[in-house]
Amino acid sequence: MSDLASTDYLGCLLKSWPIKSTESLSWLNQLRAQAIDRISTQKLPTRRDEEWRFTDISPLVHLPYQPSQPECNLHAHDIEHLTLKEAKNRLVFVDGHYSSNLSTIIDATALVIGNLPEFVATHASTLESHLGQHVQFENNVFAALNTAFLRDSALIIVPKNIAIAEPIHLLFIATQNEVTSYPRCLVIGEAGSNLTLIEDYVALQQATYITNSVTEISLAANAQAKHIRIQRESMQAFHLANCAVSLAHASNYQSISISLGSQISRYNLNVRLTDEAAECVVDGLTLISDRQLADTHTCIDHIKPNGTSRQLHKCIVDDAAHAVFNGKIIVHPHAQQTNSSQSSRNLLLSKMAQVDTKPQLEIFADDVKCAHGATVGQLDQEEIFYLESRGLSEKAARNLLTYAFGAEIISRIPVTSLRQQLEQAVLNQTQSN
Amino acid sequence: MIDKNSRTILSVQGLHARINGTEILKGIDLTVKSGEIHAIMGLNGSGKSTFAKVLAGHSAYEITGGSVQFEDNNLLELPPEERARAGLFLAFQYPIEIPGVANTQFLRLAYNTVQTKRGKEELDPLEFDDFVREKMKLLEMNPDFLDRSVNEGFSGGEKKRNEILQMALLEPTLSILDETDSGLDIDALKTVANGVNQIANKDNATILVTHYQRLLDYIVPDFVHVMQAGRIVMTGGKELALELETRGYDWVNANKSVTGVIA
Repeated sequence: MSDLASTDYLGCLLKSWPIKSTESLSWLNQLRAQAIDRISTQKLPTRRDEEWRFTDISPLVHLPYQPSQPECNLHAHDIEHLTLKEAKNRLVFVDGHYSSNLSTIIDATALVIGNLPEFVATHASTLESHLGQHVQFENNVFAALNTAFLRDSALIIVPKNIAIAEPIHLLFIATQNEVTSYPRCLVIGEAGSNLTLIEDYVALQQATYITNSVTEISLAANAQAKHIRIQRESMQAFHLANCAVSLAHASNYQSISISLGSQISRYNLNVRLTDEAAECVVDGLTLISDRQLADTHTCIDHIKPNGTSRQLHKCIVDDAAHAVFNGKIIVHPHAQQTNSSQSSRNLLLSKMAQVDTKPQLEIFADDVKCAHGATVGQLDQEEIFYLESRGLSEKAARNLLTYAFGAEIISRIPVTSLRQQLEQAVLNQTQSN
Repeated sequence: MIDKNSRTILSVQGLHARINGTEILKGIDLTVKSGEIHAIMGLNGSGKSTFAKVLAGHSAYEITGGSVQFEDNNLLELPPEERARAGLFLAFQYPIEIPGVANTQFLRLAYNTVQTKRGKEELDPLEFDDFVREKMKLLEMNPDFLDRSVNEGFSGGEKKRNEILQMALLEPTLSILDETDSGLDIDALKTVANGVNQIANKDNATILVTHYQRLLDYIVPDFVHVMQAGRIVMTGGKELALELETRGYDWVNANKSVTGVIA
């Protein structure tokens, strides 16, 4: 793609968005202005950029989709099949716009939950110190675009020492064709709090659209969060997502991200262990077929001593699909006693299927334990024989092992109904007859 | 137990097999009758584990000669799953771990697949749960193992118990235990042996493949065969195992032509 095309594309997107001046919110307008500034100095990434080596997003430049308009005609029964019975609190965004009709908030006293604009007046200082402060948009044109267009956003603040037992469901539904939506989430766990969050991207029809999302999660000392992220967009969609997580002293973050949909998807997850003894578990499963491309870039940044990170990323790739995993782990000079492990395991189900996996360890401390490994392959002959020797046909053995490969990640999801939905999705995609 | 009225379960004649062009089995003859327990002993590399895998139908081995009759079946013509359904069972030396599949799910799938092929009723999850828990008592297994992923994170002893549990569920006519004693402490060995002894009866047969005599203190064989370089070079009763233990495998070399096959 030429630079000119790229500049035109970004310029065209920016022109389309009337930035409303919202008088008292000078800090928010400033943030948007900064983001717009950054966009004007950036280009869309190409495969010449190291970070985008395996992922060609040039098809996007032909699709200068305008921002989606808030025109939600959905009723509760339209989305009933998308709801999770365990999640009592649910925020629903349709094409990036908040829908209070479809959302259910039953717990407004225990925590802050809702659409960001409702809280800018009452929680200005908290929001100002977090919103746009965790995600780096200086060198990330998609995060900058999202920030420039920032309006609606899921907001969750769990107060000090409060544990929210039931999971919170953030449901992002795509309905419009040929638009771009800019979903946004800000999650703040105050000291000692505990939260389970489900960030769920779905489509009601097989439309072509772009989702450009940004999620920021900040955990204060001893806070815990489980973050389950499901990308099940339309098979024609483009999904570009940035998630930035900031972990304070002895906080604990567990992430499970599942990528199923989109023709091209890119998920950047950056976890910063900013203080001592923070812990994170970052698991992922990509399950793609046909000509899908799914790219997961993670960066786990150990800044202070005694941090722990564990990562298992799996890809199951069928047909002519292409999965990318780039897992960077940085251990800063002062981050002694860091304990980090990373494993990338990939299963190719067809001759045309492709995986690019790249563990990237940058270790600047000398007293650390860091292990990593990557495998790419087909099903193991010994495993198939084991199942055959128990009476299963070769096909049944292959189906079971392929299912199990994905189910290992799915089984870690602590929400039963979601786990069952996803087990079914894995079954449907891994069972040949 | 040797019984005059027993029927032949397995008849192996002149079996040759190779892997990647290298001949491993160089003419094995063996007859196993109902009610019998056979031990096949030998050093590493003698071909005893290969023999076990070839009987179970491992596709990496190419059969280059000989025949194997298993009850009414020409065994070598059957794919591995058909052998299992016909009543042949191999307890693996290194059982495979399957993260993501609960043990109970796997056990029920195997049980129901084999039952259906034998023209019997399948069990639903509740019925199966009762059935499998009963069998687990035999092996002093903690029921928690049902909900864990197949063999994942199991100790060596737990994996072997899980193998014998599968054997108890599938009720094979011929069980082949490949180095089931390896990696077991004495308590686990006794438990596993006890399970095998309870499953063995006058209508089925067992082949124990082992390097050491230790297992045979607890599962007493009717026949002991010594394998060397892909052949059975010596056969005797249970006392042969003790002889081997005290004299070592070198003694076999000096005496194999003299002793010959005495069974």
